[in-house]
Amino acid sequence: MDQATLRFAIQLGIIGLTFFMLINASALLVLAERKVMGFMQQRYGPYLVGPWGLLQPLADIVKLLFKEELRPKDADKWLFTLAPIISVTAAFAAFAAVPWGAETTLFGLLDTPVKLGVADVNVAVLVVFAITSMGVYGIVLAGWSSNSKYSLLGGLRSSAQMISYELAYATALASVIMLAGSLSLREVVDAQNGSWFGFIPKWYVFLQPVGFLIYVIAGVAETNRAPFDFPEAEQELVAGYNTEYSSVRFALFPQAEYINMTTMAAVATDLYLGGWHGIAILDRYGFGWVFFLAKVGFILFTYIWVRWTVPRYRYDQLMQFGWKWLFPAAVLNLIATAAAILYFNV
Amino acid sequence: MSETILFYLFSVVAILASALVIGQRNPMYSIMLLIASFGALAALYIQLDAPFVAMAQIIVYAGAIMVLFLFVVMLLNAPQEDAAVWDRTHPLRRPGVARFGALLAGLLIVQLVWALVRVNDASTAVNARGDVAAISSVRTVGRVLFTDYMFAFEATSILILVAMVGAVVLAARETAS
Amino acid sequence: MIPLGHYLVVSAILFAIGTAGVFLRRNLITILLSIEIMLNAVNLTFVAFGRAQGNVDGQIITFFVMTVAAAEAAVGLAIVIALFRHRESLNPDAFTSLKW
Repeated sequence: MDQATLRFAIQLGIIGLTFFMLINASALLVLAERKVMGFMQQRYGPYLVGPWGLLQPLADIVKLLFKEELRPKDADKWLFTLAPIISVTAAFAAFAAVPWGAETTLFGLLDTPVKLGVADVNVAVLVVFAITSMGVYGIVLAGWSSNSKYSLLGGLRSSAQMISYELAYATALASVIMLAGSLSLREVVDAQNGSWFGFIPKWYVFLQPVGFLIYVIAGVAETNRAPFDFPEAEQELVAGYNTEYSSVRFALFPQAEYINMTTMAAVATDLYLGGWHGIAILDRYGFGWVFFLAKVGFILFTYIWVRWTVPRYRYDQLMQFGWKWLFPAAVLNLIATAAAILYFNV
Repeated sequence: MSETILFYLFSVVAILASALVIGQRNPMYSIMLLIASFGALAALYIQLDAPFVAMAQIIVYAGAIMVLFLFVVMLLNAPQEDAAVWDRTHPLRRPGVARFGALLAGLLIVQLVWALVRVNDASTAVNARGDVAAISSVRTVGRVLFTDYMFAFEATSILILVAMVGAVVLAARETAS
Repeated sequence: MIPLGHYLVVSAILFAIGTAGVFLRRNLITILLSIEIMLNAVNLTFVAFGRAQGNVDGQIITFFVMTVAAAEAAVGLAIVIALFRHRESLNPDAFTSLKW
C-alpha cells in the first residue's frame, strides 16, 4: 500500500478509535459512578455482573433497549425525537476538535507523522465551545416538546443555567489563550512542554490556579452535574426535562451528559494540565496519550467525587453564584493575566 | 472538485432551510430550520477561509440569538397562525395589491441581477488573491480589529449596553404601584 | 475554485427569501426571523468580497453586523413580549390602531 492510502486508512482508524473511546468512556462512567458512590458510602457498588461489575453498563443498555418506546399524545412528534439526537450529536461532535496525543509515526510505519486526534483545527477552542453551546437545544427542546409542566420547567431552568455559566467558561478560556498565544488546542498543549527547575512541569494550572478552578466549576455547571443539577434532581422535578422519555430516547440523554463530561475533562486537561506532556519518557516514545488518559480519568473521578460529597444548590443560588461570583472572578482573572503578561513577560 | 461539491451542498442546504423557514406555521420549526441554515452558512464561511467568523456565527447566532428566540416563543406560548383565517384575510389575496406586490418583486429581482452583473471580478476565483494563512488567522483579525476599527469596536460595546438596558426595561412587567 | 459570483448569487437569493418573509408573514416572530436571514445574507456578501480582495476587512465588518443583529434581536423580542402582553396576539394586523 502506498503512503497516501495508508495514511488515509490510519486516519480513519484514529477517528474510529476516538469514537470507540468515547462510547466506552460513557459506558465505564456509568459503572464508575456507581462504584465510586458505593465506596464512598461504605458499600460495594455493582459487582455481580461480570468481574468487578464491569459488564453492568451492558446490562443497563440491554434493559433500556427492551423497554417500550413511549411518546405522550400531545408531544410534538418531530421535536420530541430531535431533542436527544441534538444532545448526543453535539456531545460527540465537540470531541472532534480535541487532540488526545502527540504526533506519531506509528513506530516508523508512516513517513510523516500523523496527529492523534480527529481534527487539528486552528480555532479548536472556539469549535469546542460552539458545539457544546449547541447542546443547550437538546435540553430546551426536550423540555418543551414533552408537553408536561415538570419537563418544561426543568428544560428552561437547565438551559438558562447552561447559557449563564458559558460566560465564566469562555472568560476562563480566554485567559489561557492569552498565555498560549493561540486558539489551537494542540499549540496550547505544546506550549506546556518542558519544566521549571527540572521537576515542576510547565502546566498552566500552576500559572492560573484560579482560572482552573473557575473552568472546572463552570464545566460542572455546563454539564448539569451536581452540585448544579437542580434541573434534573430526582427529589425536585421528578426527572426534569427527560421525565417523559423512555427506552432509546432516554438512554441518549445520560450518554450525552457523560460524553459532555468527558469532553470538558479532556479540554481541561489540554488547557491546564499540559495535555499529554509531563513524563519525558512517555513523550519520547510516543506514549503521551497514556498520561493524557490518566489525567482525564482523574478529573472525571473528581466530578464523581464532588457529586456525592456536596449538597446541591437551589436554583436561584445557582444562578446568583454564576452571575455574581463566578463571572466577575473570571473577568478579574482575565485582567490579572493580561497585566502579568504585559509587565512580567510571562 | 470536492470543494465545488461542498459549496453546492451547503448553499442548497442554506437556501432550502431559509425558504422553509418562511413557510412554517409553527415558529418552533422555523427556528430549528433557521439554525440549520446558519450551520450551512458557517460551513460556507469556512470555505471562504474565515474560520473565526464561522465559529462566531455558531456561537453568537445559532447558540445565543436563536436560544433567545426559542425562549420567547416558548414563554409566550403564542397560538399558531390559523391557516383558514390567514388565507382569507391576507392582503395579497386582493388583486390590486397582488399585482403591485408582483411588480415590486420583479423590480427587486431586476435590481439584484443588475447589481450582480456589474461586479467586476464575478468570474474570478474567490481565493485568487491574498495569503490564506494570514487571512484565516485570528491574530490578523484581532490586530486589524483593535487598530483600524477601534472606534467601531468601542461604539459597538456601548450599543450592546444600550440594547441590554432597553430589552430589560421594555420587557419588564408593570408592577402595581 | 469557486468564482465570487456564485457566493453573491447565494447571498442574493437568501436576501430575497428574507424580504419575502418580512412581507408575506403575519407573525411577528417569523418577521424577526426573516430579518435575521437578510442580515446573514449581507454577512455572506461581506465575507465573500473581503476574501476576493485578499484582506480581513470583510470579516471584521461581519462581526459588527453580528453584534448589531444580536442587539436588535434582543430589543425586538422585548418589544414583541410587551406587545403580546397587551393584545395577546402576534399578528401585526392587530396593532394597526394608533390609540393604545
